[in-house]
Amino acid sequence: MAGIGVFLVLAVASIAAPWLWPVDPLAQELTNRLRPPVWLGGDWMHPLGTDDLGRDMLSRLLHGGRVSLLIGLSATVISGIIGSALGLIAGYFRGRADSVIMFLINARLSMPLILIALVVVSLAGSSLQMVILVLGFLLWDRFAVVVRAATLQVRGQEFVLAAQVAGASSTRILWSEILPNVFGPLVVVATLEMAHAILLEAALSFLGLGVQPPTPSWGLMVAEGKKHLLFSSWMINIPGFAIFALVLSINLIGDGIRDIAAPDGRH
Amino acid sequence: MTALILRRLLLSALVALTVSIVVFGVLRLSGDLAITLAGERASEAVIQEIRIQYGLDRSLPVQYAAWLGDLLRGDFGNSYYTNEPVGQLLADKLPITATLGLAAIVLAIAVAVPLGVAAAVWPNTWIDRACQGLALIGQAMPAFWLSLLLMLLFAVQLRWLPVSGTGTWKHFVMPTLALSTYAIPAIMRLTRGGMIEVLQSDYVRMARAKGLPGRTVVFKHALRNALLPVVALTAVQLGFMLGGSVVIESVFALQGVGYLAWESILRNDFIVVQAIVLMLSLFYVLLTFLADLVNAWLDPRLRAH
Repeated sequence: MAGIGVFLVLAVASIAAPWLWPVDPLAQELTNRLRPPVWLGGDWMHPLGTDDLGRDMLSRLLHGGRVSLLIGLSATVISGIIGSALGLIAGYFRGRADSVIMFLINARLSMPLILIALVVVSLAGSSLQMVILVLGFLLWDRFAVVVRAATLQVRGQEFVLAAQVAGASSTRILWSEILPNVFGPLVVVATLEMAHAILLEAALSFLGLGVQPPTPSWGLMVAEGKKHLLFSSWMINIPGFAIFALVLSINLIGDGIRDIAAPDGRH
Repeated sequence: MTALILRRLLLSALVALTVSIVVFGVLRLSGDLAITLAGERASEAVIQEIRIQYGLDRSLPVQYAAWLGDLLRGDFGNSYYTNEPVGQLLADKLPITATLGLAAIVLAIAVAVPLGVAAAVWPNTWIDRACQGLALIGQAMPAFWLSLLLMLLFAVQLRWLPVSGTGTWKHFVMPTLALSTYAIPAIMRLTRGGMIEVLQSDYVRMARAKGLPGRTVVFKHALRNALLPVVALTAVQLGFMLGGSVVIESVFALQGVGYLAWESILRNDFIVVQAIVLMLSLFYVLLTFLADLVNAWLDPRLRAH
């Protein structure tokens, strides 16, 4: 769908950045600062203009896309592993393990995400890796909830009972019988959480506690552009719109997958 | 019913305790607090002095117990930066964030519920698609960008509202708009989903068969039942919004608790940050507890738990 199309464009463009548009995103040209994009009077040397240090906006946009995608993907993988593991255990073994895990989920939900992330990053140092770790260790709750619900549904089915009767170990059952069958909802949550991670990283970088300059990040670019809100508003609008477009496309993909996996019109 | 309340209360208290441990742990374990406070180039002697001054040389459980004891006595400590009592700082800023949060959730409900109902009553029409589109946009929109866009439109172009700062009710308009977008998509989707389900149920069909006018069916019978999960969700969203207020308040320089938290993080004033995070968490725990109670009150089926 449209989501896949937009996402692919953004993803490929970002990944292929160095070949598509071989301009260094970090190269400052102080004589060339704040040039507007092409449709506002600029020239094709810098199709999206330059920022207040003369760096090419198009290049920074593309490289910033790489950062967003990298962080989104990595954080989602980490939180997905943690959350899914917890969800599988809670859903399959039930009883005390379930109560404990539900309690943990509740405790985690009670904590204001952004603040905790801000605190950890400010203390442990803000870098790309740190942001990934922090987000990865904070965003597992929805994975756990969804995988748990799906596991509860699957565990009563016959092939699971058959495996149990055949004497398969719990680990094997979880891995071979249950996990493949909770894959649908898992993927849907994964896409949604990836979008969430990207938004959070943008917010952290905007507040100055995410990716650090001079590495380009869309949130950081919006923050840098804030000073020029009055006369050079494209500086915030281009990266801002990029974040919006990327997150929207990922959400659309997630919705699309959900519609395929649950065609009975559940919302 | 009393047993239910007590059990929920106990669970909530346990969650609160766990959160306090996590908050405490995160602060103490993510980096040497003494070094951060002393500055990067401080000598070992200075660092050690700071350790002793702030009691950071004691073992962690001892520190935690002392901190908890202080908290329970209402002593939140003094700001590392200004040396004012933290409790006072929070009391000053809280009304602003509370106003913002309440205004935003009221706006969110006022917008999302009617739209959700409309989308459910006329499913798959342009109304429905418009509402879903709105929800998608709201979910994908980075709050800080939206805030800046609002600023551009209302403060710079139209000059209707002040750009930033605190003071009059006008300073709250844009932050409220921006903050409500956190909650509108979720509430609208849930209302729509709930209403669609309810409108297909037997008792609604019965009401229609009885010949009741459509409006009565929708509002009197269907809505009350569809809104049940929305109550719980609203509490949850309010909790999220309090966390999200950090971003919004910092963009608009609205001097609330979120702004204070951000400032304090930048100034390494961690004792303030600790108190704020804890307070917001406790508030969220309280909200979910109340939402549980309201749910149980509204739906008698939940009471026999």
